[in-house]
Amino acid sequence: MRLSTDQLVLWQHGFVKLNATIVTTWALMVVMVVGAKLTTRSLATDVTISRWQCALEILVAGIAKQITDVGLAAPRRYIAFLGTLFLFIATANLFTILPGYEPPTGSLSTTTALALCVFVAVPLFGIGQRGWRGYLNSYLQPTVIMLPFNIISELSRTLALAVRLFGNMMSGTMILGILLTVTPLIFPVAMSALGLLTGMVQAYIFTILATVYIAAATGSRDS
Amino acid sequence: MDNTTIIAAASIVTAGITMGAGVLGPAMGQGRAVASALTSLAQQPDAAPTITRTLFVGLAMIESMAIYCFVVSMILLFANPFWNHVIAAVASK
Repeated sequence: MRLSTDQLVLWQHGFVKLNATIVTTWALMVVMVVGAKLTTRSLATDVTISRWQCALEILVAGIAKQITDVGLAAPRRYIAFLGTLFLFIATANLFTILPGYEPPTGSLSTTTALALCVFVAVPLFGIGQRGWRGYLNSYLQPTVIMLPFNIISELSRTLALAVRLFGNMMSGTMILGILLTVTPLIFPVAMSALGLLTGMVQAYIFTILATVYIAAATGSRDS
Repeated sequence: MDNTTIIAAASIVTAGITMGAGVLGPAMGQGRAVASALTSLAQQPDAAPTITRTLFVGLAMIESMAIYCFVVSMILLFANPFWNHVIAAVASK
């Protein structure tokens, strides 16, 4: 049994491997970039706007509102990073509705890459907002004794981000596979609908957790 | 029993125990979290967006404990390093 799409190697030359995860990820990126280009080619500020522009505006405004709700006052600064995270994970999970598609988020490599992005982005935003001194000082809060625990929590939450998304998406595919052998008639459809819901919730949670971490690093929660 | 059988039996039994025992705690935690969220929703319906968002994030945190157990049991069942080691040792003989 295949645990992840990493093990499905489509093309190999020496140590350069092209597995299903990479191919699906690039296909998703092409779909999203081309879709966004096509939509933003003819932007209008009229009374009537195109349906796709309206959909994108709802998305952007919704993400910005969620970021503000968590405590980052200027969402424009962070929406490029956090919005990309949400849109990529949500699209990757949403396409499970197509038969034969396996989500790249169900592979530990993809989720680790996403979690590492958050791991790098949090100090960058923190230093940009508060300066080196202010950011490093946040590790000494509330006392100096907490320094090792703060560092451990920084690492363990990155691991948790990666494993949570991977586990949820992998379990969805796995449960479907097991159910197909046990009760192949109607029950897998219900579980597949539940899998779609789980995918959306996980995309939301990944983004919200990244937002919370950035909000903590920039210190905008204290004020 | 030879080593192969012991490893196989231990892996399967441990995978079952991991799922059973590991899901017990998160299940009770999630139950309590949802119950208190519903209570606060009934008391303060105005705060529904905040409560719902915090509830979802909290549930994800609790659920990740169960997910860790699931990942460990999946590794034991389908990507077991000890099993692979024994198989490789037998194959190289």
